[in-house]
Amino acid sequence: MQTELNAIATVTDNGYLARLLNLFTPTTEGWLQQLRNSAANFVQESTFPTTRDEEWRFTDLSSLRQVELKLDKPDLTSLEIDVLPEAANSRLVFVNGVYTPDLSAVANLPAGVVVSNLSGLSRLNIQQYLAQAEGNEVFTALNTAGISDVAVVWVLKDIVVETPIHLLFVTTGKSSISQPRCLVVVGNNSEVRILEEYTAQAEVYFTNAVTEIWVDENAQVTHTRIERDSTEAFHVGKTAVTQARYSRYTCNAIAFGGQVYRHNLQINQTGEQTETTLNGLTMIRGNQLADTHSTLSLHHPYGVSRQLQKNIVGDRAHAVFNGKVFVPKLAQLTDAGQLNRNLLLSSKARVDTKPQLEITADNVKCAHGATVSQLEDDEIFYLQSRGIDQNNARNLLINAFASEIINKISVPSLREKLLGIVKEF
Amino acid sequence: MIIENSEVVLSVRDLTAEVNGTEILKGVNLEVRNGEIHAIMGPNGSGKSTLSKVLAGHPAYEVTGGEVIFQGENLLEMEPQDRARNGIFLAFQYPLEIPGVSNLDFLRVAYNSRRKAQGLEELDAFDFDDLVEEKLEVVKMNPAFLNRSVNEGFSGGEKKRNEILQMALLEPKVAILDETDSGLDIDALKIVANGVNQLTSPDNATIMITHYQRLLNYIVPDFVHVMAQGQIITSGGKELALELESRGYDWVLEETEVGV
Repeated sequence: MQTELNAIATVTDNGYLARLLNLFTPTTEGWLQQLRNSAANFVQESTFPTTRDEEWRFTDLSSLRQVELKLDKPDLTSLEIDVLPEAANSRLVFVNGVYTPDLSAVANLPAGVVVSNLSGLSRLNIQQYLAQAEGNEVFTALNTAGISDVAVVWVLKDIVVETPIHLLFVTTGKSSISQPRCLVVVGNNSEVRILEEYTAQAEVYFTNAVTEIWVDENAQVTHTRIERDSTEAFHVGKTAVTQARYSRYTCNAIAFGGQVYRHNLQINQTGEQTETTLNGLTMIRGNQLADTHSTLSLHHPYGVSRQLQKNIVGDRAHAVFNGKVFVPKLAQLTDAGQLNRNLLLSSKARVDTKPQLEITADNVKCAHGATVSQLEDDEIFYLQSRGIDQNNARNLLINAFASEIINKISVPSLREKLLGIVKEF
Repeated sequence: MIIENSEVVLSVRDLTAEVNGTEILKGVNLEVRNGEIHAIMGPNGSGKSTLSKVLAGHPAYEVTGGEVIFQGENLLEMEPQDRARNGIFLAFQYPLEIPGVSNLDFLRVAYNSRRKAQGLEELDAFDFDDLVEEKLEVVKMNPAFLNRSVNEGFSGGEKKRNEILQMALLEPKVAILDETDSGLDIDALKIVANGVNQLTSPDNATIMITHYQRLLNYIVPDFVHVMAQGQIITSGGKELALELESRGYDWVLEETEVGV
């Protein structure tokens, strides 16, 4: 009986995914179409994830399947975007996954820095990097199968880019599916800050985003990923990072969730003495579900990783954290730290946390931990007894919990904007 | 100091209170006038700390009877923050740690909320910095503590000093010190006591809750009250504390009706 049910489910799955694949119009670029075809084949052989899959145990996407998704022409008429003054001339805007030059602005960047959509980049060796580190997940493959354009940040070697680069993805239209795609390639000894932001002027929609980042030897990338979707939205995002030796990568991932939000972070250290810092803040309430899955592979000696994921969960919301760290035999003298801290604002709020360290090297320093706490009456009373009213006391404590992550963002206007959102939470 | 005909600033009458359905205060009476220093002593579980929390408005304690008049107003009707803004201060026995909130910001927010209630203009960050620097002297606190999170990683003595620093800034009408001396070594005790002594004046009053006579050597009380089983069972001058120190509490309990 069980087998039969599964068989039926599989047939339906393929139907659903195949229907999504049919939404995408073919491209005339031969190499890209080839890439898309092989991803499409992978999608067709895959099944739509359910809570029976270990990786999706808590994250139920069945309500996404009820939405009749369509590719929607971007509606630019009443579109207003938040411009960051620090990135006023280093901004790419994509609406429903489509590059929108009228809203973008790129000027005065140093020579050797390219910030552009895909068209006209034939002189760069995009093929060597695009979709080469994305892993094998059905949603990532679905994105690749439909690639029509890419937000590209390309920094040649020995360049420190002072200006942060803002990649803004906006969704409009009901029940639309958009598949943002970013490719960041940073050469030896170069440094760059990337601000990847998702916003929307719509209620129910599906964003399926993939960002690949290549950090070459001794290069440094600070990547801030801001997700501000509607509370009805579905958001699946993949960040795949490949780090060469001596490189430094930092991710500050701030998520305010949707109906269902999932971020898969995949970091691959491919050389020795490489540093990875992952900071995460998720703030959800109502019936929201937000899931952060990270996989960090330290394959070489002297690797360092620091991970701090903080979740603030109100009402009946549900936060999930799964953090895998692999330290194989070759990765001697690794120093890996992971901490997941959760603040529950209601008795019905829920957190599932799973640190997963797999260590086979024998001379390493690895630590992990998870905490769950609530706003204590005693803490609030202490603040009240100093003249701070209950609401402000509550806000002060929530702010304090959140600002530890937000204060790591080096772009002041963005930091202020986020602290403002946190205040209203 | 006892000042003849000075104003009654706090009057507690037949106060009863319970926590989780258990009655802890069983009719407390206490009258405090401007300028006075009161010490409340008594064995563990006598209700001393409960009294301090009820006066400050802790939500876990339910007042079941009696009244508290503070500067002519019904204190029990005020929210905890309004009590603080109007001049009630509780120095906590166990000051809480608040990670992520800088001590300086916390002090400024607290200070300005009291200023606002007094109808005074709020101080900006620069003026407040100057003020804090001056007040640090009261408890000989290292300015480095201002930039740390509130009480986080502070030693017991540092936390108590931080409480007295808050008292110095808020300039309360009635300060309630809940076992401020417990857990302090003699040097820290002297600093804290010296700080409190600098802050007492004919215009305010202090209530010290303590187990030990030791504190009273440094902050000399005008009145000593003994609390047992939820009531103040006897009161006297500072010599009563010395007698309690040498003879213990049993004789008081035996001589009064609530005796065990």
